[in-house]
Amino acid sequence: MMQQALIPVFALLCSMLAAAIIFTLPEERQRLRTVINLLAALIKVALVGVMTWGVLNERDYGLSYEILPGVSFVLQADALAMMFAGLSAVLWLLTTIYAVGYLEGSPNRSRFFGFFSLCVASTMGIALAGNLFTFFLFYEMLTLSTYPLVVHRGTDKALRAGRNYIMYTLSGGAALLLGIIWLQGLVGDISFQETGQLKDVDENLHLPLMLVFGLLVAGLGVKAALFPLHGWLPQAMVAPAPVSALLHAVAVVKAGAFGIVRVVYDLYGIEFATLLGVLEPLGWLAAFTIVYGSVRALSQSDLKRRLAYSTVSQVSYIVLGAAVFGPVGTVGGLVHLLHQGIMKITLFFCAGNYAETLGIHKVQELNGAGRRMPLTSAAFTLAAFGMIGAPPLAGFVTKWTLGSGALNVGMEWVVAVLLISSMLNAAYFLPVIHRLWFLSEYEWSYQRRWGRLETHSWLLWPPLVTASLTLLAGLFAVLPFSPLSWAELIAAREYLP
Amino acid sequence: MSNWLMAGLLFTPLALATVSLLLGFRQGRALSWLGMLLQLLVSVGLWWLVRHEGGFYYTLAGWDAPLGIELRVDGLVVTFLLLTTLVASGCGIHAGFYLEPDRPWQRYFWPLYWFLWAGLNTVWMGGDLFNLYVGLELITLSAVGLVALGGQAEALRAALRYLLAALLGSLAYLLGVALVYGQFGTLSLADVAGQVRVSEHALLMRPALVLMLVGLALKTALFPLHGWLPPAHGIAKSPVSALLSALVVKASFYIAARVWLEAGVAVASQWMAQLLGVLGAVAIIWGSWLALCQPRLKQVVAYSSVAQIGYLFLLFPLTFGVEASVSLHAQQGITLQVISHALAKAAMFLAAGNLILAVGSNRVEALAGVSHFLPFSLFSFGLAGVSLMGLPPSGGFAAKWMLLQASMASGQWWWIMVLAGGGLLSAAYVFRIYKASFLERDEQDHFYHPDRRLEVAAMLLALASLGVGVSGSQVLSVMAMPFEEVQ
Repeated sequence: MMQQALIPVFALLCSMLAAAIIFTLPEERQRLRTVINLLAALIKVALVGVMTWGVLNERDYGLSYEILPGVSFVLQADALAMMFAGLSAVLWLLTTIYAVGYLEGSPNRSRFFGFFSLCVASTMGIALAGNLFTFFLFYEMLTLSTYPLVVHRGTDKALRAGRNYIMYTLSGGAALLLGIIWLQGLVGDISFQETGQLKDVDENLHLPLMLVFGLLVAGLGVKAALFPLHGWLPQAMVAPAPVSALLHAVAVVKAGAFGIVRVVYDLYGIEFATLLGVLEPLGWLAAFTIVYGSVRALSQSDLKRRLAYSTVSQVSYIVLGAAVFGPVGTVGGLVHLLHQGIMKITLFFCAGNYAETLGIHKVQELNGAGRRMPLTSAAFTLAAFGMIGAPPLAGFVTKWTLGSGALNVGMEWVVAVLLISSMLNAAYFLPVIHRLWFLSEYEWSYQRRWGRLETHSWLLWPPLVTASLTLLAGLFAVLPFSPLSWAELIAAREYLP
Repeated sequence: MSNWLMAGLLFTPLALATVSLLLGFRQGRALSWLGMLLQLLVSVGLWWLVRHEGGFYYTLAGWDAPLGIELRVDGLVVTFLLLTTLVASGCGIHAGFYLEPDRPWQRYFWPLYWFLWAGLNTVWMGGDLFNLYVGLELITLSAVGLVALGGQAEALRAALRYLLAALLGSLAYLLGVALVYGQFGTLSLADVAGQVRVSEHALLMRPALVLMLVGLALKTALFPLHGWLPPAHGIAKSPVSALLSALVVKASFYIAARVWLEAGVAVASQWMAQLLGVLGAVAIIWGSWLALCQPRLKQVVAYSSVAQIGYLFLLFPLTFGVEASVSLHAQQGITLQVISHALAKAAMFLAAGNLILAVGSNRVEALAGVSHFLPFSLFSFGLAGVSLMGLPPSGGFAAKWMLLQASMASGQWWWIMVLAGGGLLSAAYVFRIYKASFLERDEQDHFYHPDRRLEVAAMLLALASLGVGVSGSQVLSVMAMPFEEVQ
């Protein structure tokens, strides 16, 4: 019994401990730092693996204690939590490897890896949080620990982006806090539970609950980069590539999207939320963001900014899935939490490789990079096709499920949105792929060589692994432990009578 | 046993102050290490005693009220005694290595330090209005002395201004006390509280209450009476600023809160409570805004104190005319705010002192590049900042949460806006400092590296302010320890 409370705590502590050790290490102890980083990441993957297995077998992991009068600190591992925890644990491992290679020889690495670990500890906390209060603790901790990563380079541009990031996220945090405190005033301290907790509330609480929902979504929407709260994200692209990869694929935007999913399913409950009528506006907002992000991505000439707008668009698939009533739509949204993560992190890894190896930042500089860096470009191409939604890749599974879920409940407009978005995705990704493979080589002013390999091996392996995951997640979608079947498990538990 | 503990808390600081007056800085320092250890033992001992046997009244030397010196020891007192031990020791240790022993007047630091500590202990335990006054004066005079310790003309000017403001405050308070004595013939707070509830002339207590509150608000630097604080806290030596911001202003607030909760609530009016709250709210906004505009690092921290003190005054509207449970939440929130602000602000001033020592300038822009030179101190500054912004997981957040809960439950939604807005504004000035220190410049100067022990003192206090956030219930449980009405 004891052990079951300890596992989630250890999963949290292992990266916090790693952060504490790394902060105190002198800058030049590079090897020791790498060992600690990787060790902590591996332990975390193992712990999350154990918990995932346990959750599948209906075991309860969790702990709860009163942190302040009237409100508890609750950790609990359920199927949805494990989805996010698994994503962050696995991608943390890969990003750590990548970051070690990426930052080789640059200053301030102790600080970087310290905050990096804190950042992952916060995502783990967000995943395992058992009530809104606990969620908020880690949500704000994530904000604080990502700030030093965004401004890592210390340039004026980075500092400006950091300031914007903080302004957006702290204001969002304030809205979220107001929502939480209001909800607490209405119904007390309630924990997340499958199928929701608010079904049986009094009729005259419906209006305040709608307003609370608005506040919560506004607060979470900042991190999830919902239109019009997305402005910080493209600017935050000045951060080093591993940070962009982690921020965009896992930590920050997913924390927001995950929070919305939690609120819809495990707090309000999908049926009650539908009854209140709050899901439809949310769905429209998500749909608009999907199209808007894609349109903006079209006109970006900077590769990372293009990817950033693509993120704005893609994360809203998750929100859209949450807004579509019915198990199939739910599956579509949830599965994208994982799919978007692995696809987008691949793209950012590749963008980082181009920048490090050939000094490429602009889209037109990619001309002919495919011949110079075939493996990286293959990974990029695979992930980009996944984003577009080409079968049999991960993105296709998402769009298919989401579309059929919407059709099941008669929301045909969702299908139209999906089609438009896919066309736009193709419109901004295909030219890039075309440039990579079919145009003659650009005159790169800067080239670095690493022996036989096209780039540093620590930079090369992570995108190759995530790109193959993109393929595997699509091909073996029906096998147990695939993202799709895990999402189906969650959906089955959410729609229990 | 209680005799020994009381003696330890009241007489040893006075004795240490007197003895260290005769010694040089270094001997005074060695003696003070012993004194801090003793204070730690005694306050933990008192905690243990109250936990097992409950709180008690203690009459000094057997003189009974209304003539004698009556002390009251309960959970809240123990909380503040422990807090004082923690913060004052942290600042004392920092000062021991921060001040230059060979400057002629620095040796007066230890006597003033211990007089201050004696005054603080007196105020926490004081059971009657006059004793509280004596403690307050002891604190004021030693604090003014500590500010003047800097020696420059500017420091003397600030100290003089502080002295005048504080004396004016004392005068108003004393006048109020005199009115109370004339009305009720007693100075014991418990007696006054008892009489106010039954007396039909209770409303005559009102002018006295107003006078006392105004005087104490002036000493606590509540907007618009805050003008003396930033110069004094900004110019003092860093460990002194830390002591002043963390503990000294809390002493006068503590008296105001006790007078209010025990006797004031019965006679005050809604507009008085709301007015105090509004002034607090303005202090939050205005203080944060000014903190954002300051070009010098220590002034930023000093104005931040003005803002943080504003939060304390939300106690008045949130405990007046509300249900007992709401009032309890508000009191708990304010207690947490006092504790976490004391820890965080002390940590922040100490860290700021280290940063200034390292870059050799008090200006915010001079911090460029310090992030990889002095990460440890900057990190302490950052952690303290988290608490001031009221972000989790910190004591500041716990306090804010309780206050939000109380505002929500009492339907006073306008304080919610203030709490949320104040948090964002404080984030603005804290992040301004981070931003300055993260800036990378090519022409990097060589920094001076301060003593490790200075950095550790700041870090421990900052960590303690976070610790309050994750153990709020435990911290509050000390305050709720039982009180036995047996003397």
